[in-house]
Formats: sequence, structure tokens, C-alpha cells
Amino acid sequence: MPDPVQNPQLNADGELHHLLSLDALPRGIIERILSTADSFISVGSREVKSVPLLRGRSVFNLFFENSTRTRTTFEIAAKRLSADVFNLNIASSSAAKGESLLDTINNLTAMQADLFVVRHSQGGAPHLIAGHVSPHVHVINAGDGRHSHPTQGLLDLYTIRHYKRDFSALSVAVVGDILHSRVARSDLHALRAVGVPDVRAVGPLTLLPDGLDSLGVRVFTSLEKGLAGVDVVIMLRLQNERMNGALLPSASEYFRKYGLTPEALRAAKPDCIVMHPGPMNRGVEIDSRVADGAHSVILPQVTFGIAVRMAVLSIAASSARFR
Amino acid sequence: MIAQVIDLDVESIYAVFLQRVRELVAGRNMGLVGVHTGGVWLAERLRKDLNVAAEVGVLDVSFYRDDFAQGGLNPGVRPSRIPFEVAGCHVLLVDDVLYTGRTVRAAMNELFDYGRPASIDLAVLIDRGGRELPIAPSVVGRTIEVPDEVSVVLIRESAGRLHLTLEQRARA
Repeated sequence: MPDPVQNPQLNADGELHHLLSLDALPRGIIERILSTADSFISVGSREVKSVPLLRGRSVFNLFFENSTRTRTTFEIAAKRLSADVFNLNIASSSAAKGESLLDTINNLTAMQADLFVVRHSQGGAPHLIAGHVSPHVHVINAGDGRHSHPTQGLLDLYTIRHYKRDFSALSVAVVGDILHSRVARSDLHALRAVGVPDVRAVGPLTLLPDGLDSLGVRVFTSLEKGLAGVDVVIMLRLQNERMNGALLPSASEYFRKYGLTPEALRAAKPDCIVMHPGPMNRGVEIDSRVADGAHSVILPQVTFGIAVRMAVLSIAASSARFR
Repeated sequence: MIAQVIDLDVESIYAVFLQRVRELVAGRNMGLVGVHTGGVWLAERLRKDLNVAAEVGVLDVSFYRDDFAQGGLNPGVRPSRIPFEVAGCHVLLVDDVLYTGRTVRAAMNELFDYGRPASIDLAVLIDRGGRELPIAPSVVGRTIEVPDEVSVVLIRESAGRLHLTLEQRARA
């Protein structure tokens, strides 16, 4: 039996109960999520886009930090599973009045929640909640601090598999502010977990964390060298607040060295795909000619994100309390 | 634990099944829809034997099952795909074994999410009784009586040959 302290995401049978991060998720569960998402993709092209799987269940979107895309795609995913969805913008309500995180969760559990989708600026908040809720309640991390954004990592894997079919011979570069990015952290774990042989982190030294080698990730500070021969380029958003500190000289300087222009992209394979988790800073990390160009799969990522989140919600919800 | 495996002669049952489907279809234009997995094999075979031009539709009813709360989501769910317009279509729903009727209920619910069919007929190779819902097939290849703890399974060899086996289910 897996030790619940070691892996709080799994139930006693080793099934997905909460989705908190990708770094300790068994490969079999990742693959099951991706293949289940395949089946939800076809649901999205029908006249009726919902299935009755989570009928009668209550999904609470708890966003302690702002997000439009992630919250909306989780909401669409839950609604397409026929769940009842409640969006709580906690940042502007109870938390502002001084209620503690766990008191908020207790109150919502008393309202008979079945799943919590949690976005929080503090890394580890979803773990704390998962350790606290009743056994029948599931917690899905929708992004916590700099720690993890597991559904983004999964939808990035799904997107790569959709265009490249097979992970086993790919070169993938993650470019930009690796240090502060929970997306980067989740992507790097996810890519290694499914056996991508060449995973690269590309960015200025000040934005690269220590310990990437131990993850099996190759580090590049030159964009041209980092992109040489890659199949997939994942661009990260450069958060504006990083500009104000000592980490970077200026946005235009950053764009000159690390911005993805059509010229920079020439180093990659001719059939490479370009991804971005959004929201994009055009002219900071990515040139509009690339963002809107033939290699870009940035909008399909959003569509795939709905199917992947449907898969995560339905698989987590099916680790039933009865078993 | 499998206590006993008895082979039924699928080919002779299929011959009867095909003849009855032919009489039902009677030159009409019907859309064939198979239920994963055995129903799809049969629908594909019917398509060939009846010279139907349209590809067969495929339903995996995992998202529509009524036992999600007890059994969870089927880990091997595959995409459903209906390659023709369901609205206004006369649908022939094909499955291998009809038992409680719950799979057929789920399949009909899923079909309606593609559109409003003009009609639905149900063709099953084997009717083993034990209905828990008011569902009746239009075509049956053979009716058999088996105890509750026996499951009837259609198996396809790599060469395409079909086998029916009766398997003693281990008691939970």
C-alpha cells in the first residue's frame, strides 16, 4: 500500500484521488489521463457537448489568485461533465475579511462540495487543503505559487502527443523565466516522466534555478543553441514584475536575447511546434509573427486544456469512497 | 477464476443474425452503430455483408454508465465516433450480448447527444435474459439461458475469427 504521507495524491488502491503536482505522479496515471482526454475531445465536437458523468456533484472553483483562462476552462470542463459549478473569487471575499484558509474549506465542505479546484499564490496550499478535507472530497491544484500547475503540464503533454505522436525521440525546449514559473516546473517533470529523452531549459542565468541537472534537464543560456534541432518550443510568460528587480535589464533587452522571433525559430526543426501557456506578452517573450504563425499551436492548447481537465476531474472523482 | 469455458458456434449464430438483420433493414438506408467492443466487430461485419457504404459509428458508453458512483470511470475508455449525421437517421444499434439493458440505455442516451434519430432498432447476437430495464431488441441471433454468475463474452482472434465463451465469474 502506498504511504499516504509519501503520496497524498493517491488513495489506498494507488488511484488518483487528488491532483496536486506531477513530480510524484506515476506514469501510468499520466497516460490514463491523456488517453481519457482523447475520448473527451470527440465529445467537444458534438451537438451536445456534455456527458452525464458528474451529474449531481458539486465542483467549487476556489481562486485565491486571479486567473481567467484556467478558471474558465475548469468551469467549462466541470459543466461538460454535468457537475454543478460554483465559482468563488476568494481573493475579494472571505480571505479579505480575515478568514483562515481551513475555515473557508470547512464552510464549503459543509455546503456539500465534492471537488475543489484550487488556485493559490502560496505554494503548498492545495496540499494543505487535501490533507484537511473529508475522505470523499477531491482537490485539484489549478496553480500554487511557484510550485506547480499540473493540469497545464498535462495539457502541454497532450498537445505534444497530439502533434508529435510519440515522446520517445523528442527534443523539447522550455524557454524563459524557469525560476519563477510553476508551468516550467510542471512541464519539466511531466516531460521527464513520459520519457522525453532531450529536455532543455533555456534562459538567462538569473532566471534558471539550481538543480535542473538532477532532473535530467540540459541547461542553455543561448537561445540559438537551446533551440538547435528541437521538435517543440514551450515559451513562458515573462512576468512584468520581474523587470523591476535586478534580475533583468529591460523588456527590450530580454526580447533581443530571448524573444522568439521567426529568425530565432530557424534553429529549431522545420516542423517544430510552438507552445505558450498564456497570457502572452507579445514583443517581450514572443514575436507576433511566431505567435500567429504556422508553427503556433497556442490556441489548440486551450481547447485541449478543456478535455484534459475533464479527464482529471472525472478520474479523480471516480476514486470513490466506497472502494 | 474461470471455472468453465464453453464455446458456442458463433458462425452459425451469426448466419441467423445476419438473415434477421437483412429482413429488418429490407433495403432501407440505416446507420450502423456498434457498442464497444463486440458490437463494433459485429457492426463492421454487417456493413460488409449488407454492402453498406457508410462507415459504422462507434460508441464507448463509459461516460454514460449509471454505475460511475460504484465502479468509477472505465480506465480503458475509447473515443466515440459517429461518422454520419444522427439527426433524422434510422439507426441500427448493434451489440454482442444483451443482459440487463443498462448498456443499451447508456448507448441511446449518448446517441441522442449527437442528434435526434428518426428511429433506433437494436440488434444483438445473444440475448441472455435478465433485463432490469424495459428494453427489447428488434433482432436476436440466439436466446440463451445462463445463471447470473456466468458472463457471456465475445472474443476476436487476431485473424478476425469470433468466439463466444461462457465464463464463471468469481464471486465477490
